[in-house]
Amino acid sequence: MQAARDCAIALLSLSWAWPVNADPPVITSIFDPVSPPAAEIYSLSVLVLGVSAAIFVVVAGLIVYSIVRFRRRPGDDDREPPQIYGSNPIELAWTVVPLLIVFVLFLVTSRTLLAVQRAPAPPGALRVTVIGHQWWWEFRYPDLGIVTANELHVPVSSPGDRRPTYLQLESVDVVHSFWIPQLNGKTDVIPNRANSMWIEPMRPGIYLGQCAEYCGTQHAHMLLRVEAHPEEEFDAWVASQRAPAVVDASAAAGRALFQSVACVNCHRVDGTVADGVFGPDLTHLMSRATIGAGVAPNTPDALREWVNNPDRLKPGALMPAMKLSQADVDQVVAYLTTLK
Amino acid sequence: MGAADHTIPETRAGAARPAVLERLHEWVITVDHKRLGVMYIGSGLIFFFVAGLEASLMRLQLAVPNNTVLSPQVFNRLFTMHGTTMVFLVGMPIIIGMANYLIPLMIGARDLAFPRLNAFGFWMFLFGSLLLYFSILGGDGLYGAGSMPDVGWFAYAPLTGRAFSRGNSTDYWILGLLISGVGSIATAANLVTTVFCMRCPGMTLWRIPMFVWLLLVVCFQILIAMPPLTAAQVMLLFDRFLGAHFFDTQAGGSAVLWQHFFWIFGHPEVYILMLPGFGVASEVIPVFSRKLIFGYAVMVAATVAIGFISLGVWAHHMFTVGMSPAGNTFFVFSTMLIAVPTGIKIFNWLGTMWGGKIRFATPMLFCTAFLFQFLIAGLTGVMMAAAPFDWQLSDSYFVVAHFHYVLIGGLLFTIFAAIYYWFPKVTGKLLSERLGKWHFWLFVIGFNLTFAPQHISGILGMPRRIYTYPPGRGFELWNGLSSFGVLFQAAAMLFLVWNIVRTLRHGEPAGNDPWDAWTLEWTTSSPPPPYNFETIPMVRSRRPLWDLKHPDDPDWKYE
Repeated sequence: MQAARDCAIALLSLSWAWPVNADPPVITSIFDPVSPPAAEIYSLSVLVLGVSAAIFVVVAGLIVYSIVRFRRRPGDDDREPPQIYGSNPIELAWTVVPLLIVFVLFLVTSRTLLAVQRAPAPPGALRVTVIGHQWWWEFRYPDLGIVTANELHVPVSSPGDRRPTYLQLESVDVVHSFWIPQLNGKTDVIPNRANSMWIEPMRPGIYLGQCAEYCGTQHAHMLLRVEAHPEEEFDAWVASQRAPAVVDASAAAGRALFQSVACVNCHRVDGTVADGVFGPDLTHLMSRATIGAGVAPNTPDALREWVNNPDRLKPGALMPAMKLSQADVDQVVAYLTTLK
Repeated sequence: MGAADHTIPETRAGAARPAVLERLHEWVITVDHKRLGVMYIGSGLIFFFVAGLEASLMRLQLAVPNNTVLSPQVFNRLFTMHGTTMVFLVGMPIIIGMANYLIPLMIGARDLAFPRLNAFGFWMFLFGSLLLYFSILGGDGLYGAGSMPDVGWFAYAPLTGRAFSRGNSTDYWILGLLISGVGSIATAANLVTTVFCMRCPGMTLWRIPMFVWLLLVVCFQILIAMPPLTAAQVMLLFDRFLGAHFFDTQAGGSAVLWQHFFWIFGHPEVYILMLPGFGVASEVIPVFSRKLIFGYAVMVAATVAIGFISLGVWAHHMFTVGMSPAGNTFFVFSTMLIAVPTGIKIFNWLGTMWGGKIRFATPMLFCTAFLFQFLIAGLTGVMMAAAPFDWQLSDSYFVVAHFHYVLIGGLLFTIFAAIYYWFPKVTGKLLSERLGKWHFWLFVIGFNLTFAPQHISGILGMPRRIYTYPPGRGFELWNGLSSFGVLFQAAAMLFLVWNIVRTLRHGEPAGNDPWDAWTLEWTTSSPPPPYNFETIPMVRSRRPLWDLKHPDDPDWKYE
């Protein structure tokens, strides 16, 4: 087990050594689980990989042996080799042995399957509704009254104090798939059907993933970013998200402009006339690290480029360019950057 | 008797070479199974180059992170057309073409049971395929620039609905495949009838070559699997044009229903494509090992078992849609079970090679590489059959690697073997062994260089069908290698083309039986006359030519 893990880590470091990269490496490997369901899957996969590797070595070894041993040699005469029609005992053996292997693998697989799929939610579980959109994620915390986008904040769990997050998965348009490799396998996010899954990060940190079912033009840019916080940090995050939208007098002009154009048809800012549902909730926009479901960091410059013309950062994005003058874009961005 | 009457007369021997138009006309009106077979395989190979070009463009885009050579819209059209083309316009016509050409020759018949239905099937396929590619011009109707379908080769609902797929590109996908599907169904029925009714005297079902057994099972699978796809496509057309709501989730339709329909077709389809590859290996490996196939009866049983089990495994493509644990468990079991007959086949090929005198001519080289690569494909298949493991691997690059090991490492390698093996029969000329070895080694290197790294990028968390990826997640090296391998594959294909062109111009004559083989197609001339056999042969065993060549030790004494 440890050896397989080391091997996976070695592979990873090899990958990073390739182009020199200033950014710190980000792990999305399925072989580095930090959540019980992902760990269950990981240990199953080590077993299956082990069995497969053993079968590969045996069968490939036999093929190599027969290639070398039974190849025609220059000095061979033209006589045909002995014709063997078959052998019942041998054929029975290579039917029964695979059957046994398959049966064992089936039992182990079923155990893991039930352990992950049938796990009941403990009392401390957090409930979040995940809603897939073309091409971003909406997260609703029904018990906490929080609505946010693309970045999911959850508490860290520990063996003594389990705080898993149970996700209800819904889609408003096409099929998406929710996948954060270190936290759990993927589950499809299907319109007109409620799916569910759970994650339980055991270490604080940021875990990345992205939409895993082709969902149209910008399928590649539907980043999932999960931040797991220790208890107090999570409570602070919850409090900040439940706070009303900041009203900053210095951005009043931008605010008025934002509310006078079509932005409000799709976006929501709590406590204002902006109550759209097609785009991400912007009430606490500046608490997020990225924009456009991960296409750019959430900096004033990137925001400016985004508002000016989303298509340049994310070709095909459904948000239209609003054709604002440069001065207007500056004002809207100035307002947006106050939405802490 | 009808079959012989339908064959067209041989081109006027001794007369001046007919004009190009006249020769073209002969090919267009032909009902000869050999000419139709060659046309199937020829169009398949042309589409193969188109699909290869599409794939190369995608690998160019993915060679480095954040690349912008292709826009997302173009990339999405390319992978949709690459997948659709490879499955429906390359795999299907080539296997049906091989069946068309070889089955009558192998069972000692003069043509298929229904020669005109056969021609109908081919033209349905060809025009369906051309309709699909016509989407480049007509995809958005008259008012917009053209566009190819961009919904993925399995076209999941509701992305194919009117709301999310405007214009007509999806309609081209539906209609093109629907039409060529009708052709496949017609030809499958034709081939089944041929195998059951047209065998020569003495050719009992227990004596037909393994290739024929495998294709027989394939034809039954086509008959069972194609209609659900056709029906689903008609339902989708109703949704798009008549306001039905089968898959329209906004109006209470079901997205998962489409997935069930598609994969009820789609999984047998994998075996429809793969079994003919097994058939080729089951012909080539014995001849080049100089031993008959090990355990014929068990091989037949395994084939039929695969045929049956493959009808009950479709939802392993859907482990992530949130099926109940009971549903998941059932499909885990059926999927793992299918590994057993597939394993039997690998062992029996090994048993055939064991104790032989193996000659590594190009067909055998391709079959040997097939054994290794298909072994890898089978094992990664078992990994994904373990549903929880599949929750991680599904829709990642690991899956892309897996099915390319199946369909390229498995099927395409055996198709290459078949080309080198039967080319002398079809044209009367032997392909160059030297160029063949270049083709083989470049392709083995290129194929593994392209697809082996994709296992790792999948494990590192890279989803499939993304038009670009960010740096810093460990994907760069593996994608770089993967794109680099394309160069080798492209070079290999140039060697194949060069080999074919050169051989057609001045290849050495092959004679009737260049490989010292044992099945009936090698008794007749190369190329065979339109009527195949002067007198219908009589057989007493599975290897009629062995009996002929070894009168002292014939097979029929032991069978």
